[in-house]
Amino acid sequence: MTEIVRSASAGTMESSDVYVEIEPGEGGIELRLESVVKGQFGPAIEEVVREVLGQWGVENARVSVRDRGALDCVIRSRVETAVKRGRGNG
Amino acid sequence: MKGKVVSSIREAISLAGLKDGMTVSFHHHLRNGDYVLNLVMEEAARLGIRDLTVNASSLFDIHLPLLDHIQSHVVTGIQTDYMSAALGREISRGILEKPVQFRTHGGRPSDIALGRTPIDVAFIAAPAADPMGNCSGKYGKSACGSLGYAYPDAMYAKKVVVITDNLVDYPLLDWSIPESYVDYVVCVEEIGNPKGIVSGTTQITRDPVGLVMAQNAAKVIQYSGLLKEGFSFQTGAGGASLAAAKFLKDIMLRQQIQGSFGLGGITGYMVDMLQAGCFRSLLDVQCFDLKAVESIRTDPRHQEISAMHYASPSHRSAVVDSLDVVILGATEIDTDFNVNVHTDSAGSIMGGSGGHSDTAAGAKLAMIIAPMFRARLPIVTDRVACVSTPGRDIDVLVTQGGIAVNEKDRELKERLVAAGLPVLDIHELKEKAEGITGKPRKLPRGERTVAEVISREGTLQDVIYSVPGQD
Amino acid sequence: MRRSLLFLPGNTPNMLINGSCLGSDAVIFDLEDAVSPAEKDAARILVRNTMTYMDFRGCETIVRINGIDTPYWQEDLDEVMPCRPNLILLPKTGTAEDIRTADAYMARVEERLGLAPYTVGLVALIETALGVENAFAVASASPRVTALFLGAEDLTADLQCKRTKEGREIEYARTRLVVAARAAGVEVYDTPFTDVNDDEGIEVDALHAKALGFTGKASISPRHVEVINRVFSPSQGDIDYAYEVMEAIRLGKEQGKGAVALRGKMIDAPIVARAQRTIAMARELGLGREEA
Repeated sequence: MTEIVRSASAGTMESSDVYVEIEPGEGGIELRLESVVKGQFGPAIEEVVREVLGQWGVENARVSVRDRGALDCVIRSRVETAVKRGRGNG
Repeated sequence: MKGKVVSSIREAISLAGLKDGMTVSFHHHLRNGDYVLNLVMEEAARLGIRDLTVNASSLFDIHLPLLDHIQSHVVTGIQTDYMSAALGREISRGILEKPVQFRTHGGRPSDIALGRTPIDVAFIAAPAADPMGNCSGKYGKSACGSLGYAYPDAMYAKKVVVITDNLVDYPLLDWSIPESYVDYVVCVEEIGNPKGIVSGTTQITRDPVGLVMAQNAAKVIQYSGLLKEGFSFQTGAGGASLAAAKFLKDIMLRQQIQGSFGLGGITGYMVDMLQAGCFRSLLDVQCFDLKAVESIRTDPRHQEISAMHYASPSHRSAVVDSLDVVILGATEIDTDFNVNVHTDSAGSIMGGSGGHSDTAAGAKLAMIIAPMFRARLPIVTDRVACVSTPGRDIDVLVTQGGIAVNEKDRELKERLVAAGLPVLDIHELKEKAEGITGKPRKLPRGERTVAEVISREGTLQDVIYSVPGQD
Repeated sequence: MRRSLLFLPGNTPNMLINGSCLGSDAVIFDLEDAVSPAEKDAARILVRNTMTYMDFRGCETIVRINGIDTPYWQEDLDEVMPCRPNLILLPKTGTAEDIRTADAYMARVEERLGLAPYTVGLVALIETALGVENAFAVASASPRVTALFLGAEDLTADLQCKRTKEGREIEYARTRLVVAARAAGVEVYDTPFTDVNDDEGIEVDALHAKALGFTGKASISPRHVEVINRVFSPSQGDIDYAYEVMEAIRLGKEQGKGAVALRGKMIDAPIVARAQRTIAMARELGLGREEA
């Protein structure tokens, strides 16, 4: 399990990017999603965010995702970067 | 000389006999700098007139005060060719009971001339006018160049009021609209904000995807078989379309081809092409920037044309019928090549046909230029939310990821393939985009009809529904 | 075939996701100058995922890692090498030792990943006076080196001269690099032309580089890609001549002639080799003849 020990962020608010903030949380993943394509891709975005968190062993965190139409590979990158920036050493 | 000059807009409205239930009309040459529509509607409201229909060749965000007039039932009907997003959003919420009627820039004058959409009083903003009503867009602090879209209003409205901020001595020479059509003239402080009327210089895009699209577009024209002596061309003012014009110019100069005319909304880029010898003339229904205004004022090869002359399907002929190539945009296009330029991805109104359908119908090659996807939304869909221009009039779609040719254009397809261009079936292009973005879920639409899209021939082509959660 | 090599900033999604559509033969994902120190981690991950999830068929991938004098370059390689980019571009290469350092680490990563040795090639970015002086040694320091690459912006700073459009100040470096690369049997790519809006300038600059013997040219703007491709492609005249050469050789062999002449000139081995290269490139561009 990976513990998020500090607030961290990754990405930008530019078009085709996504801004991800992560901070320590309790009792699971608390996910907040804003997206310019929420109607068309909301569930897909949420799924990929949770998948990446799972891959990196993050079980408890508050995550905010502000999406500007990013592709999956970009969302994956920004979530992973935020996790690595917010996790404890080792 | 007093001539037809009256003291105020209010007086002109009264003299013209404007009453409840009538139709007033406006042109959009002052674009997002126009004060005239708001000034007139404010006076009409003050005079207690209700239930008016506004017939405007286009509506912009500056016309947001219309929303108040809709709330207070001063305005109960809208007929237009284009509506910008801020106004469109409210219409899509369903604030107007009667559906908005969208026409094309050619369909509007056609339906006015045929008496399908009679105008009671036309209010014509004029950057220069004399006391008898001869007027022009080429001179004055609010100069906008061509007054092409105002011609049908002047010619067919029951009463015509010219509103100017630049009253000159009789006779104004080089008029666009002659006094023979005009009933009253009003002089006001300002008819518009020059900053919103014309842009300084229109820049070609620096966006890499836009540049690739533009290069592909120029190559499609190069190998279409149409690029030869006497070639004619229209393009929009979007960044990628302008870049395509720039690349086309390079090809034409390299191959020493002189075209017969450039058409349309004219930008500085088209003026550059005229001056470089790419065309013998420009036929101008509307000027987009200062360079175009300067050119139409000084260069006799740069001619003003009326909306009828530009695109009407019911007059004896129109320039679009002689057009070789037009480059057009799209918010979405379906696998039958139907194009939507009326609504955004959420279904909210944010545009309109303008001359889209007219030039597509007339041109030998109607090209859509658009990115494969925008903010993760693929440009090619199974079915567009609104058919602005029917697929039978569209020949080719150019994206950065490939070029799709309409089935009906076998010869064009063969030419492009032979030239080594990346030609794909439109279904393949759709799958390619969805492979990158994922397949978007279809958004539910609302129940109410908020707008009707009238074809250029005057028939109902499609309807636009309200946006749910907003109605 | 690498006529055009287009730099893409490594932390800008909008550029990366469209990289394969921009018309260049190769894209260079830049983790070095285009990425601030605070975003090195983010860019590495973004570039790795872009290569993993996006389709770059028909377009080679090159990653410019950070220099071996920085704390980033090994992590850069750890992150991107599993995606098997075609090439790694090593900035500020000054000596053969620099190449051997990078080469040794790349070999370790390849072994760790179970990749065959030399799966990922190395291009030496020569952008210092020392690098120019050592160009041949650098180019022949390892079989991993597939090309030299001239970087004129940093070089002119190092030379303490002004970078100009005409480029007289880099003429020596250009010719020196071409000679060194050809002597070592590797390719050589020219520096980008940096005025994005000068359409005539880029053409003149590219024609000059081609005339000096460069294989291709880098670009910082998609707008330059088409010109570069055109300049570095064989002309129809080149292709026709190449086929004539090959036909003359074939006829010569049939007739048992030792020496063959075409248009009054003896065809020797280098001419044949050039004709073969031209035909190979023409085929790749879809300009080859079917029967040949």
